Amino acid sequence: MKKRVLILLSLAISLSAVSQKLKGSDTLLPLIQKEAENYMKKGKGSVSVTGGGSGVGIAALSEGSTDIAMASRKIKFDEKLKLQGQKKTPVEKIIAYDALAVIVNPSNKVSNLTREQLEGIFTGKITNWKQVGGADMKIVVYCRETSSGTYEFFKESVLKNKNYMAAALSMPATGAIIQSVSQTPGAIGYVGHAYVNGKIKTINVSYDGGKNYVSPTYQNAKSKKYPVVRPLLLYYTKDKEAAVKGFINYIMSAEGQKTVKEIGYIDVL
Amino acid sequence: MKRFFETIVEKILMASGAITSLTILLIIIFLFSQGAGLFNTPVVEEGYKLAVNPENPVSDLTPEEIKEIFDGEIVNWAQVGGDDEDIVVFRLNDVTSYVSEEELGEGYSLLPQCLSRIVSENKPIIAFLPDTYIPENFSGKILETGDIKPSDFFAGEQWFPTSQPAPLFGIIPLLLGTLLVSVAAILFALPLGLAVAIYMAELASTKMRNILKPVIELLAGIPSVVYGFFGLVVIVPMIHDFFDLPVGESGLAGAIVLAIMALPTVITVAEDAIRSVPRTTKEASLALGASHLQTIFRVILPYSVSGIMAAVVLGIGRAIGETMAVLMVTGNSAVIPTTLLEPVRTIPATIAAELGEAPSGGAHYEALFMLGVILFIITLAISITVEFISARRPKQQM
Repeated sequence: MKKRVLILLSLAISLSAVSQKLKGSDTLLPLIQKEAENYMKKGKGSVSVTGGGSGVGIAALSEGSTDIAMASRKIKFDEKLKLQGQKKTPVEKIIAYDALAVIVNPSNKVSNLTREQLEGIFTGKITNWKQVGGADMKIVVYCRETSSGTYEFFKESVLKNKNYMAAALSMPATGAIIQSVSQTPGAIGYVGHAYVNGKIKTINVSYDGGKNYVSPTYQNAKSKKYPVVRPLLLYYTKDKEAAVKGFINYIMSAEGQKTVKEIGYIDVL
Repeated sequence: MKRFFETIVEKILMASGAITSLTILLIIIFLFSQGAGLFNTPVVEEGYKLAVNPENPVSDLTPEEIKEIFDGEIVNWAQVGGDDEDIVVFRLNDVTSYVSEEELGEGYSLLPQCLSRIVSENKPIIAFLPDTYIPENFSGKILETGDIKPSDFFAGEQWFPTSQPAPLFGIIPLLLGTLLVSVAAILFALPLGLAVAIYMAELASTKMRNILKPVIELLAGIPSVVYGFFGLVVIVPMIHDFFDLPVGESGLAGAIVLAIMALPTVITVAEDAIRSVPRTTKEASLALGASHLQTIFRVILPYSVSGIMAAVVLGIGRAIGETMAVLMVTGNSAVIPTTLLEPVRTIPATIAAELGEAPSGGAHYEALFMLGVILFIITLAISITVEFISARRPKQQM
């Protein structure tokens, strides 16, 4: 009897040693779930993945309720301070890239925009499509929720840290943006390039004042020609490095990166 | 033995009551304690400071002014009470266009000194700097921006929770959006709901009633995200085409979806109220020669008016707290609504959409909890109103 308890106990300990928790960004959730599934199939240990948002993940990291935080944005300064206050050093790992495509209704004639024009549109300085070479139609701006990593990244990269106009419509999910853009003729929005489908049209973007317009395809993002590309990140604390290394190495391996590509993100290989 | 058993059951019942009350109380305390910190939070994001040149006469800025300066809408110091000079905005990333890599030193160890020099050499500069890079002998002037004031929150007209350097937490657009959508929803739901309630209580045959009742209860059981998706795919394009609007996501779409969702509440409560009219009162009216319809409108409805009011108020309560459906169809732009045909943003939608990504314990997080407190106070006021109305005795004389 005693022996059996001992065996169970040691089994539980050894299981908990290789089991790890990931929490955070909903953008990364489908990818990491798939990776975790494949990882567990190989019998290397158990991984549990939950969403909630980048902020939730990083907060959980400093509370110690997760081993790895998934983030679709870089860790913020005050979040870093909080971790350092607890004598924990966050380690950052880029596991994939995501290209953001600017999308419009398929009936829209406009197909090229410069960064400056996009900034004007999303900050409310340009309000009609005829100002950028389209039909005489009011521009309806759709953006993601203020808290999403996608929103922050687009603001940083395209709007140069200026705020979106207050009248921009914010949608809770990528699917909702695609649905709305597909049924509103004057709409403009942005989504991860993996979500692009026939219901919407992508815009070729120029970051050099209109010399080269680049379309948001996998090849262009991979070769860094397409400018609106963000890193997808994992954060863990230095003291847990040994425990999480196995899973992270798996994601960075050729096999893990193949999954990245399958899900629709850009691999880092 | 039986006696003993009964005592145990009584104690269990009492304990469950106590546990429930305690849980509710704890949730309320939690809500208030998380939100209360907002007014002790500095206007400028924690861990950062705003600095200007020491010769600059400007020493404080409101959060709105800070936002407009960094958005490039205020471009001259004269607009905020300074000298007539164009404002130069400086963020940490701009440092390399002022000084060379060599000047920053190994591992950026000389960065604080460089920042200090940049701020003191450029008169029209406003710099947004992390605390850790501000040296002890900083030669610039740190702006006194103070803490977030209750008036910024309760009377503020702009909601920019992630704006840097100074987030804006003005709840007026959210509060007005919530009230507008909920009140409009009840205006749609009340006539329809009341009509159904009268029909079911007075006119429908038992067979009809047996069909209608479960259908209406089914309406209450559908998950709200289903209503939201229905609204987004069906109602939003209809509104877009019918009113010829640039965009279909609007307060009206939210109000219609909420009206459908509030219907079961309104119908059930109103029907109960109508059924509770004493048989004798009805029979007296009929005996005096009044027709069935006259009895309904002149006797039954006035008699059950307090119950119907309770239905209205509960319906509003249902609509005010609804999150997911509204989030999907109202467009969520935080502007003060002037008509029902523009996008609006409601309080529950804001909390649901933003809490996940807000850094825990930060100003944004606390502001969202304050929104929760406000929602709680509104619903509390509604429940008290319901209590008050339904406790009122129906008038004895008509």
